[in-house]
Amino acid sequence: MTVKIYIPKDAAAVACGADEVAEAFKKQAKKAALKIEIVRNGSRGMLWLEPLLEVEAADGVRYGFGPVQEEDVTSLIKAGVLGAEGPKKIKHQLAVGPVEEIPFFKKQTRLTFARCGLADPVSLPDYKRLGGYKGLENALKLKPIEIVDIVSKSGLRGRGGAGFPTGIKWKTVHDTPPQQKYIVCNADEGDSGTFADRMIMEGDPFVLIEGMTIAGLAVGATRGYIYLRSEYPHAQIALNAAIAAAKKEGYLGDNVRDSGHAFHLQVRMGAGAYVCGEETSLLESLEGKRGLVRAKPPLPAHKGLFGQPTIINNVLSLAAIPYILDNGPQAYADYGVGRSRGTMPIQLAGNLKHGGLFETAFGITLGELVDAIGGGTASGRPVKAVQVGGPLGAYFPREYFDTAFDYEAFAARDGLIGHAGVVVFDETADMMAQARFAFEFCAVESCGKCTPCRIGSTRGVETLDKVRAGERPEANLAVVEDLCNTMKFGSLCALGGFTPYPVMSALTHFPEDFGRPAKKLPAAAE
Amino acid sequence: MAREPWSEARTRQIVAEHVELEGPLMPILHACVETFGFVPNDAVPVIANELNLSRAEVHGVVTFYHDFRREPAGKHVLKMCRAEACQSMGCESLVKRAEDRLGIKCGETSVDGRVTLEPIYCLGLCATAPSAMLDGKIVGRLNEAKLDKLLKGAGA
Repeated sequence: MTVKIYIPKDAAAVACGADEVAEAFKKQAKKAALKIEIVRNGSRGMLWLEPLLEVEAADGVRYGFGPVQEEDVTSLIKAGVLGAEGPKKIKHQLAVGPVEEIPFFKKQTRLTFARCGLADPVSLPDYKRLGGYKGLENALKLKPIEIVDIVSKSGLRGRGGAGFPTGIKWKTVHDTPPQQKYIVCNADEGDSGTFADRMIMEGDPFVLIEGMTIAGLAVGATRGYIYLRSEYPHAQIALNAAIAAAKKEGYLGDNVRDSGHAFHLQVRMGAGAYVCGEETSLLESLEGKRGLVRAKPPLPAHKGLFGQPTIINNVLSLAAIPYILDNGPQAYADYGVGRSRGTMPIQLAGNLKHGGLFETAFGITLGELVDAIGGGTASGRPVKAVQVGGPLGAYFPREYFDTAFDYEAFAARDGLIGHAGVVVFDETADMMAQARFAFEFCAVESCGKCTPCRIGSTRGVETLDKVRAGERPEANLAVVEDLCNTMKFGSLCALGGFTPYPVMSALTHFPEDFGRPAKKLPAAAE
Repeated sequence: MAREPWSEARTRQIVAEHVELEGPLMPILHACVETFGFVPNDAVPVIANELNLSRAEVHGVVTFYHDFRREPAGKHVLKMCRAEACQSMGCESLVKRAEDRLGIKCGETSVDGRVTLEPIYCLGLCATAPSAMLDGKIVGRLNEAKLDKLLKGAGA
């Protein structure tokens, strides 16, 4: 009997020793003459358990053990994980039981990540067996405008951070006269605390490819590019393997599934510039230029890549498309609250006991995410601040834990969801240092085109240094506030425009870290 | 990793391999770094000439992006993540430790040319922070013991 085991190939698992664990299993099984099949799957998203070993029982249920290190393999085999009795009754200190019964997993609504972690990510037969490419098959039967309507009706909004309705973008490109049009996927996931794009590209790359292909059909685009950040070499390998497989089976190429429609897809690597996550800067970079932000209008939908009509969407937006085309717009729109429809793959990171990817309908509160699902801090100290939305997101204090995860609710409290990264800091965090870092990061990564961002960020660092040195602190903090105001309203893009969010939220909610008297916030007054 | 010494002919060959692409400059510069370990100043006019661009345009692109290094790096490159999620798990004290061990500041190469220490803003391993990358190999849940092992492996 061959025992089937799963050891993720996700970068987070690999960084914690998954390759060594897989190698040890291979060696020891061979030595003991045990027959095993090792599947290198995507991650289930419970990253505190990585590397998570899963052993499939005779009834198909997968039992988990984690976090497994190379040196645990001997004791796991001794306990019987490769034995004929199956994994159900095994007693081992790393046993976590049936993986899909773990509360962190069970509480989720996995639409986009439905397949992630189930099988070999780059196997096209596995993708189809698990329901993949049904959305494309449906799309091929529809008129382009019908596809656009379905996307509009789903209520899907850009998952990159801006939350712009995806359907409107598609409609705009659809309505341009026939010419060379492009689908560009923004996979420049530069925000600290975010890794959902990486996980889906490594764990289920076909879903992104399918989403882009559908976008191509909807607007009449024959070429697509995935602009991938160079910090993600594992995602590059997975995407290229998946693209090659899709090409071979006729899902990409001159004649997609004998429909007469062409769609060609390429991965292009970024080169370490954070600002290239901004869509117009990304387009410049794809064209082989400095990643300078473009003034809008013209919108990329009218004049995008090489001046042609272009859909530019985030990985998660495009990866949500196959579900919507497969199950209908209402099935997607039924999840969520207010104008935030569907699900969001939320990334719980930083100083958190149970960090990982948690896909859920909009509307869950920040407190639930941090305390109940994330299990509080890894250090065991009280939570001081939570930064939501990456380096350009606001720092929220515990008093704001009742904020619902929803674009408008965060905006109402001067925060943003962004790409849904949640980074938790314990009480040792120095919020003035965090504010200074926000300015410093902006100064390093600014493309330099507009003055508020280029100069404002550098002045911000200098001014906070003066505050730190005790030099006229109140007067200088007033300068910081003024700088933030100028940057917020005067910058060309979100880099300069949003840097004030972390700075001002730190100053507002944690004045004591800036030498101002501590202010008792009205507990959840809004 | 063994790198080739720079040559004009090899540069032209790299350009030729990519010239059919739409927007070939970024892939060409990546290939230069892959091949030579950096983008030598001498390569700039060659690439510009082949692509019918000005030297300033190519120079501008080379200098805009962190990845296109203009000097060869040390034998080993250790990148340590210093973004927020890693900060929340104490990456700064680890960076300090690496700096002290190597006798350099982050962004510099050790005097013996063995190790270049660089910051990186986010490897996307934010739930297993702090993280680092040594010569392309990623490491999560970095701590002092793991860092010392990495530095030892790099011969520092």
